[in-house]
Amino acid sequence: MKFFSFAVPLLAPVLLVLCWIWMAARIANQVILPPMDQVLYILAHPFEDLISMGSLTSNLLVSLVRVLLGYASAVAIAIPLGVIMGYYGMVFKAFNGFLNLFRPIPPLAWVPLVMAWFGISSLATMTGVETGQWYVYLNNIKFSMLFIIFVGAFYPILTATIHGVRSVNATLLDSARVLGAGQSQIFRKILIPAAMPAIITGMRIGLGIAWMCLVSAEMLPGSLSGIGYMITHAFTLASTDIVIAGMISIGCVGALMDMVFRRVEKQKFSWQRQTNS
Amino acid sequence: MSDTPIINIQGLSKSFATKSGDQLQALDDINLSIRPRSFTCIVGPSGCGKSTILRIASGLEKASLGQVLYKGDPVVKPGADIGLVFQEYSLFPWLSVLDNVAAGPEFAGVDKQTRHRDALGFLNMVNMAEFKDAFPHELSGGMRQRVAIARALANEPDVLFMDEPFGALDAHTRILLQQELLSLWEMTHKTVVLVTHSVDEAVFLADEIVIMSARPGRIQDVLTVDMSRPRTRADKAFGELSEFLLHSLSPDRV
Repeated sequence: MKFFSFAVPLLAPVLLVLCWIWMAARIANQVILPPMDQVLYILAHPFEDLISMGSLTSNLLVSLVRVLLGYASAVAIAIPLGVIMGYYGMVFKAFNGFLNLFRPIPPLAWVPLVMAWFGISSLATMTGVETGQWYVYLNNIKFSMLFIIFVGAFYPILTATIHGVRSVNATLLDSARVLGAGQSQIFRKILIPAAMPAIITGMRIGLGIAWMCLVSAEMLPGSLSGIGYMITHAFTLASTDIVIAGMISIGCVGALMDMVFRRVEKQKFSWQRQTNS
Repeated sequence: MSDTPIINIQGLSKSFATKSGDQLQALDDINLSIRPRSFTCIVGPSGCGKSTILRIASGLEKASLGQVLYKGDPVVKPGADIGLVFQEYSLFPWLSVLDNVAAGPEFAGVDKQTRHRDALGFLNMVNMAEFKDAFPHELSGGMRQRVAIARALANEPDVLFMDEPFGALDAHTRILLQQELLSLWEMTHKTVVLVTHSVDEAVFLADEIVIMSARPGRIQDVLTVDMSRPRTRADKAFGELSEFLLHSLSPDRV
């Protein structure tokens, strides 16, 4: 029994690998499906320069910084807005319809408009840095990319925050008021902690979507690095092995970030699962 | 009634707008004065507005008409002088028992060391000190209510309102907590106003019993209980008073 519970989750991956090996041998065309060991070689040497575009790691790092910047701005706006919309019915009425107009638009559909607005301007343009190492770093962070990542992460975080605040048990608020809490204490010490499990879930979903928006953001003109750019560029060079290695590393980083969130959820918010509300 | 009342409810009425747009009269012309350090129970059928009286008197809700005076001044918003214990789900689930009890002083800006030390003292009073690091979801219903009472007391209010505090507990725990509440009351000299739908609870606890009727919520009668404490349910007077209350609470219109 113990062996089975250990083996069952491995079944699908092993099947996939076997299929891959068999298909690759049969097709014998590495543009369509490269042999697995070729991809593994790239993954095993993550610091080696690939198609003169930098290493896998350096591209992943560039992407990670972009995602985190876009994501952080989404968090910084969506959480306060969500708390206020969840608490004040009037603010909810004022913004909800308006925000819902934009919700169904896929982040990718913003690309043409965003390009028209921001073009290839970057943090370097904004800060006025025009030479040197810092220029290289800052110029990698294009506003258009940040915007698309922002749009992707914004809605899940906002929705979860509103929902979290709205479902806070009214007795908790009454208790705090009777104990002498002022309005700002109600927000800081009651509403936000009580809604935190929901907010964290929204942040987790938002980060997943932000990471997914990354590839499309990195396909924008003016992009010179990043894992998404590397994949598209490798495709034009028919280096399918790099395409697959890039996809696998995107998946791994995404899963890793999700795992961190799950950890936090499990450790900090164990009270939520057992509490009746 | 030698003392001047600590709480004075004058001509209190409350009406709500229902979903269909009608006005529902929840409370109609409630007049009541509460002596300092007395134990008052308000009994009545569900829907008689007895909880609403406490919510208005503690400043959580506004009256439609009339007012509630605390030591002569109208109550307009919640304050530390008046505590309120709810039926359930009132503890902050993300805080430990100790931090829950220390919540009132924390809102008031008391430093961590002082408020934790004081909170531990109040936890001792309700025999919950050994659970200070536990979280609410790890406690039984009775333990949670003990913590809720300690939290209300830790704010050092003069008046303690209790809204069916034992309503969600099993019969045995309920009787235990009633006894504990009485000894706390004797020890701390608080003025207690407790809302309940249990006649037995009112007769066991109260100096004064306010009987309410529903739709609209009105005070039907106020009785003074002159049985000495500790009261036992086997007592003849206990049974007679309970019977009388049950009778006046179930008039022929039900």
